[in-house]
Amino acid sequence: MIDINESVMQFLLAFVVAGPLLGAAAALLPAPPGLKGKSPEQAVLRHGVTVTGAVLIAAIVLALGFDHDQPSKMQAGTDISWIPALDVRIHLGIDGISLPLLVLTALLTFLCALYSYFKMPAGPTPKAFVALLLVLESGTLATFAVLDLVLFFLAFEMVLIPMYFLIARWGGEGRSQAAWRFILYTLLGSVVMLLGLLLIGIKAGTFDMVALATDNGRSLTTSVQVIAVLSIGIGLAVKTPMWPLHSWLPDAHTAAPTVGSVLLAGVLLKMGTYGFVRILLPIAPDGFRTFAPYLAALAVVGIIYGSLACLALAKQGAKGDLKRLIAYSSVGHMGFVLLGIATMTPTGVNGALFANIAHGLITGLLFFLVGALKDRTGTTDLDTLAEETGAALYGKAPRLGGLLAFAAVASLGLPGLAGFWGEMLALFGAFQPAEGLSRPAFLTFMAIGAFGTLLTAAYLLIVVRRVCMGALPQDAPKLTDVRSYEFAAWTPLVALTVVAGLWPKALLGLSDPAVQQLLAGGTR
Amino acid sequence: MSSPAQPLAASLVQSVDWLAIAPPTIVAVVGLAVLVADLFVAEHRKALLGWTSVAGLAAATAMLLPLLDGDRSTFCLTGDAAACSYTADRFTLVIQFLVLGGALLAALLSVTALKDARRELPEGEYWFLLLSSAAGAALLPASRDLATLIVALEVASLPAFALVGLKYGDRKSSEAALKFFLSSVTATAVSLMGISFVYATTGTLYLTQVADRIQDVDGQFHTLAQTGVVLTLVGFAFKTAAVPFHFWVPDTYVGAPLPIAAYLSVIGKAVGFSGLILVTVVALPSYADVWGPALAVLAALTMTVGNAGALRQQATRAYSAVRLLAWSSVGQAGYLLVPIAAAAYSGDAEKSIGSTVAYALMYGAVNLGAFAVAALVGRTKVLNRVADYRGLYASSPLSALLLAFFLLCLAGLPPGIIGLFAKVTVFSAAVDAGLGWLAVVMAVNVVIALFYYLQWTALLFRAPEGEPEKHRVPGPVTAAIALTGVLGIALSGAPQLVLRFTDTGLF
Repeated sequence: MIDINESVMQFLLAFVVAGPLLGAAAALLPAPPGLKGKSPEQAVLRHGVTVTGAVLIAAIVLALGFDHDQPSKMQAGTDISWIPALDVRIHLGIDGISLPLLVLTALLTFLCALYSYFKMPAGPTPKAFVALLLVLESGTLATFAVLDLVLFFLAFEMVLIPMYFLIARWGGEGRSQAAWRFILYTLLGSVVMLLGLLLIGIKAGTFDMVALATDNGRSLTTSVQVIAVLSIGIGLAVKTPMWPLHSWLPDAHTAAPTVGSVLLAGVLLKMGTYGFVRILLPIAPDGFRTFAPYLAALAVVGIIYGSLACLALAKQGAKGDLKRLIAYSSVGHMGFVLLGIATMTPTGVNGALFANIAHGLITGLLFFLVGALKDRTGTTDLDTLAEETGAALYGKAPRLGGLLAFAAVASLGLPGLAGFWGEMLALFGAFQPAEGLSRPAFLTFMAIGAFGTLLTAAYLLIVVRRVCMGALPQDAPKLTDVRSYEFAAWTPLVALTVVAGLWPKALLGLSDPAVQQLLAGGTR
Repeated sequence: MSSPAQPLAASLVQSVDWLAIAPPTIVAVVGLAVLVADLFVAEHRKALLGWTSVAGLAAATAMLLPLLDGDRSTFCLTGDAAACSYTADRFTLVIQFLVLGGALLAALLSVTALKDARRELPEGEYWFLLLSSAAGAALLPASRDLATLIVALEVASLPAFALVGLKYGDRKSSEAALKFFLSSVTATAVSLMGISFVYATTGTLYLTQVADRIQDVDGQFHTLAQTGVVLTLVGFAFKTAAVPFHFWVPDTYVGAPLPIAAYLSVIGKAVGFSGLILVTVVALPSYADVWGPALAVLAALTMTVGNAGALRQQATRAYSAVRLLAWSSVGQAGYLLVPIAAAAYSGDAEKSIGSTVAYALMYGAVNLGAFAVAALVGRTKVLNRVADYRGLYASSPLSALLLAFFLLCLAGLPPGIIGLFAKVTVFSAAVDAGLGWLAVVMAVNVVIALFYYLQWTALLFRAPEGEPEKHRVPGPVTAAIALTGVLGIALSGAPQLVLRFTDTGLF
């Protein structure tokens, strides 16, 4: 959009990845004179806002300077040798697939830092909180920006320790068990993934993703590809999460602090699906084709399973927890993403990438709202909230209620909002899957997936009815309505949800050429 | 006039390359000097002995520098210049650096430990034994004949038995020493028998000549040669504390003075695996089909048993921190064995060996670092339970952060980047050699190990029970922690420093 010097772009991308890391180190040091603020706590929280803000600005400038006419080309690339012995290079670059995710990550982390500045989660010192948040941001941004398999693995692992501590230290009930579950599941998946990555690197002779994608699996035999896809796929599927490897997610979400849930759902889950698109599809297409029907089958099971679990939780008397419900709805939404990827068609993969972003925005917003509800009422238990008739949020705090209804409606995929396009395109892709995939099977998956959207609509509407509506007793205490900092943190998400829904081309125009190129093997 | 005695004299008198043998020699000489000086130094000046030993080890480490320019050999056969008893090639230098540097760090910890013990440990003997053992360990990677190898192995381990049992009147200590001694001597005896079998079938002790001649052993001696190979390996497997020769480790580490446990965990392992590498890769490459599968199974068992043992440790039991480190060192020994096993299958054995060497360097730095912090905590909390580390961050933030870093390096998780990449090289050696099952076993073990490392790490940052007590940190321990910390962090930034050994020829 605007012309920015290539070396400035390179610097910006390197800053986006390394900046939070430096900021994390700085957060641990005592504040320099002049920046001490009112108290050390306030100073360090402000430091978090400053750093994430700077990173967000850098990411936005990157997006502006990105050459939108050639989204399939790797831009702002840096390629320097780091460990020659392992042939590991610090290879950074962004294209139309990674750019939206990069901006989404920077945005959500900034909003989280802003939110925590005003509403620090209960727990130990904010110093460690800010440092961990920044390390987490660096790890996620690096995952989307690196173009080397080993570096990808490093970035993938980097988020584990900070997320573990965020859940285990600042979380709610049952946090330590949930944190253990999260880290052990993900680590078991990722060591298996490492074996697959090494297998690819050793057999193909390079770890460079661009070179491997251009090669399009030609230097890998089918059996190598099958083993590699299986092992890498397991690692990514745990992270995504795919049914039946999802069982760490509801616990982690329920126990995590608001900010942790937002980042976990908004950004961390995307690392898994991004890996599917960036690594498996182009680098081992034959292997992926073998597993695509199974992946799609598990994906639709996830859609149905997630929706049914949510329906069960939303029922009266089920003692359903709202956070857990949204976590299960994530399993369903990620099922659509996986279904889109499994079709191996440009339509499906584009839909998957769109659904990724939409889910990040909407679920991030939902977790923020539920967190705010918990602050006000002290519970996320649906039955306690709704009692007999409903929580009557419309009456007690009309703006909060309105936002919650908006987010729920966006999440169920109302046309005109962000949630619609991704799921529709994913289903559309399944209607006509890539050559070599069984069309009847995918048609069945499509039908089941479409049924899933109905179930999704059902449970979300039930939630809206039970939380937002209801009779308002005369003497009921008013709840505090949306505060100004909450407005500041949520408005960007609401606005982007509407923009993405009304103008999908902004995103699809970026991802489509890049996806076409990836599926065609680097050349078109 | 030419005398007939002259060629005879020339064949008996060798010129010795003193520079090449300087590192182990300096250590040995300083050790003797300290023992003698102990008789003449006044009681209140005994600390001098410690600092002399530290200086000696530092000097020996520095003497590795002039050797970097190329391979040197000495004590060669006059008839055959290729057959030498002592070679200072790249492999030797790296392992000597690991051994001498490790001994230096252990010595730094010992300075404080001896001061704290207030005459309960005999200083002169302590330093003499430590230095002798280090001299033997430094000699071992350089030896290129089976006799020197065994002598070096014994010089390295015999003083270690005494060191373990050195605590006056400590029953646990003497029991540990006896356990260690008996099992080790049995292993050495078995290994000597194996070497005699190999000698019987090949007629030589030089490793390179063994490698040549064992290929065309007379058919009827075939079984004898094979038995010899297996028996020889047993002795070295013991030193690396490979399963089933691991049971002495936990009790020995707990019974020994803490710096000695640290010393054994790194130098003891280095001795074992460098001996294994010399015997397998240099002397017996043609028997790869015998030792390859054996080592692979050994590696899988060792890491599984070690990690399972570490997992079972209860945080509130006495000495559980040292016990945990002991079991984890058994698990880590398993990872060290993986590339040696892979060397049997891959086309490029030196590359695989390089993975072991790189891993060992990483392990040496971070494990000694963890022990150094344990030594620091052990000064105030005598029982050294894992539970005693709760809230360490509140009382001494820097050492808590460093211990967390060391533990995460051992676990192989960022921010312990060097630990991660060291594991990556080991994995890639296994995958490269087609040992997929071993790689999977190792992957499962990495996850198991994460559980106890992370549990300990998490404990460091919990709110402390009661008021955090500030205590003065003694200089030598600070130096050891700082040194290992700087090494670990530098390596995390530039892993190439150690990983390059996976890329270049070592022999």
